[in-house]
Amino acid sequence: MKQLTRGALYVGLVVAALTFIYPFLWMASSTLKPPMEVGSLSLIPDRATLENYRIMWGRAPFGRALLNSVLVASTITAAVLVFGSITAYAMARLTFPGKRALNAATMAVLLIPGQLTLIPLYTLIVQLGWIDTYAALIVPYLFNATAILMLRQFFLQIPQSLIDSARMDGMSELRILFTIFWPLTRPALAIVAIFTFMGSWNEVLWPLLVVRDQHTMTLPQLLTVFALGGGAGTLGVSLAAAMVLVVPVVVAYMFLQRYFIESMAGAGVKG
Amino acid sequence: MRAEARAGALLSVPYALFLLAFAAYPVAFALALVLMRWDLVTTPAFAGLDNVQLLASDARFWQAVGNTFVFLGIHLPLQIVTALALAIALNRPMMFRAFWRAAFFLPVVISGAVVAILWNALYATDVGLINALLARVGIAPIPWLTDPSLAMPAIAVMVTWKNVGFYVIIYLAGLQYIPRSCQEAIELDGATAWQRFRHLTLPMLLPQTILVLTLSTINGFQLFIEPYVMTGGGPLRRTFSVVLYMYTNAFSYQKMGYAATIGVALAVIIGTVVAIQRRVVGNAEAL
Repeated sequence: MKQLTRGALYVGLVVAALTFIYPFLWMASSTLKPPMEVGSLSLIPDRATLENYRIMWGRAPFGRALLNSVLVASTITAAVLVFGSITAYAMARLTFPGKRALNAATMAVLLIPGQLTLIPLYTLIVQLGWIDTYAALIVPYLFNATAILMLRQFFLQIPQSLIDSARMDGMSELRILFTIFWPLTRPALAIVAIFTFMGSWNEVLWPLLVVRDQHTMTLPQLLTVFALGGGAGTLGVSLAAAMVLVVPVVVAYMFLQRYFIESMAGAGVKG
Repeated sequence: MRAEARAGALLSVPYALFLLAFAAYPVAFALALVLMRWDLVTTPAFAGLDNVQLLASDARFWQAVGNTFVFLGIHLPLQIVTALALAIALNRPMMFRAFWRAAFFLPVVISGAVVAILWNALYATDVGLINALLARVGIAPIPWLTDPSLAMPAIAVMVTWKNVGFYVIIYLAGLQYIPRSCQEAIELDGATAWQRFRHLTLPMLLPQTILVLTLSTINGFQLFIEPYVMTGGGPLRRTFSVVLYMYTNAFSYQKMGYAATIGVALAVIIGTVVAIQRRVVGNAEAL
């Protein structure tokens, strides 16, 4: 009886896992199939072809969009780590007027629904003349309240004696942060880096509002516009475009899945 | 220490300025926009309560709200049941535990835009994978996204699939806090598997269930990219979501005042729904 339930459990898990993985495998194989074959269930194309990728790459600036996505996501991640650490360090380890207010404001920011501020932020970007610029995609994300609160929590756990002796040696606050705090909080920095990068890499609503020029579009936006505008023509071509966005993520996920799960689940709960 | 106060103030000023520009100002301006008519080209005009009155009688807005409730009515129970079932299945010593967990979590790391395009293909009536599978067991093709009564449920199933791995992690964390001694005691008392689940696991997981309920409700009200990519809000506007309607008003009709009013109304609706849910589920605990 016990054996039977164990067997049933594994069968159930295999079916469940296939439900989550098979669609992605099907997607990958569909991009290698000629249009006639896309409807077939088989994962192995009868006549494999890279035609879908050739068409996709030629019809819209996907190379450029890939670079834009890398540029935007890396800049935001670097900013959130550096500026976020500086802010979190001040909020965790320094006493200064207005600290309590800043703490309260940070908590309040987490409660504001994005839908409330979306339109005013959009009009702000229009008035700043930032439509179709990288600034529109990057500047509103330079600081991240979730990241600051998370880093602050980690910075609070570092012994005060380390700071005191560093100050005696004449170290500046910034040097203390980057040479003493950063090496001690690497896991926290990794968690923040992953959820920030992934959030930016996958974001699509904000770019849809502030970017109209194809050459400034990030990958998810160009992909959406391409698939919707009928530029793709066939299913295989739009799935091929989606692959450009998915493959780097899946490769990174395979190697760092534990960090991904910890990071993205943690950020969602706290944010 | 004066040097420390100076350093602290200096290091936190950029963030304070950022909060003023990108958090405080947008919230204040959202409320101001409610009273304005503005197309982004001419100067904003004071409109009194016109936007609010329009919203109150706007059948399209209320249909979008209704659509979201249809979505939540399917999505919330499905999300909680599947996440709970997968978490309980994983919460025991087994082979490849990390692999199963990673498999369930995979769609969470994929962009919503990709998931929408992929499921558009899976749901396709003629060449879609799902209808191809159904054809194997002799079921005629089903027009998942073009049948007005099926489109929103189809999207709800897809969103459940995308997010379930995230909630499995939350439930798994909660399951670790159920003391072994409790489980052993209830087993010694001869409780069946169902009784153990009903009287021990489920009550102990109430905080996680509230969290899953709250997060997936908030997430549900943000529904945008799925209808935007898959249905354009159709058929018969049955999948038009509130955020899609807000986006359309801002981006296509250039009605900033009205779009902001929709945003404010949505924030109020989310706050109310979440508060009611917490009350109801919190009371269930007392029973």
